[in-house]
Amino acid sequence: MAMPAGEIEALIRAALPGAEVTITDLAGDGDHYAAHVVAPDFAGKSRIAQHQMVYRALGGRMGGELHALQLTTAVPT
Amino acid sequence: MSEHSHSAADARIAEIVKDNQVVLFMKGTPLFPQCGFSSRAIAILEHLGVEYASVDVLQDMEIRQGIKSYSDWPTIPQLYIGGEFVGGSDIMMEMFEAGELQQMVEGLKQAG
Repeated sequence: MAMPAGEIEALIRAALPGAEVTITDLAGDGDHYAAHVVAPDFAGKSRIAQHQMVYRALGGRMGGELHALQLTTAVPT
Repeated sequence: MSEHSHSAADARIAEIVKDNQVVLFMKGTPLFPQCGFSSRAIAILEHLGVEYASVDVLQDMEIRQGIKSYSDWPTIPQLYIGGEFVGGSDIMMEMFEAGELQQMVEGLKQAG
């Protein structure tokens, strides 16, 4: 099942205040996305922890409703 | 899923990551990956030239579900090195590009 990019972005922003979220629809099918998330909350966290924070923001949709999300994370510079 | 099957899966996964210094939980096999992300993970491991084991979660429902809670990670593939969860294919790619995965593998060779 597909999920609109705007919904992904809104969920991440809601969970990570001040986050910059860039979503790319890789295949144009609303099902394969790349997301780049830059959030102040990532400071001092490991890569695994940063990704887990984004997955939690998506509330269990990752791996289910949302099959393919390439994820990169960074702390604002 | 019952408590029992949870802990059974956890015990099996704990043994797999203990017995194999580098192990990838993936969809399909290294020769025939069944998903683009698993395929990317294999390409990185092949490029590193490290010996690795793989577990095809499509052939094992207990591990397929169990690994997600074991690692607190919702997707497959998942890489373990030296018994520690390293990440999925995105983190593998970032670490590979930063030269960090190469360092981890070198560390293993020296320790072994």
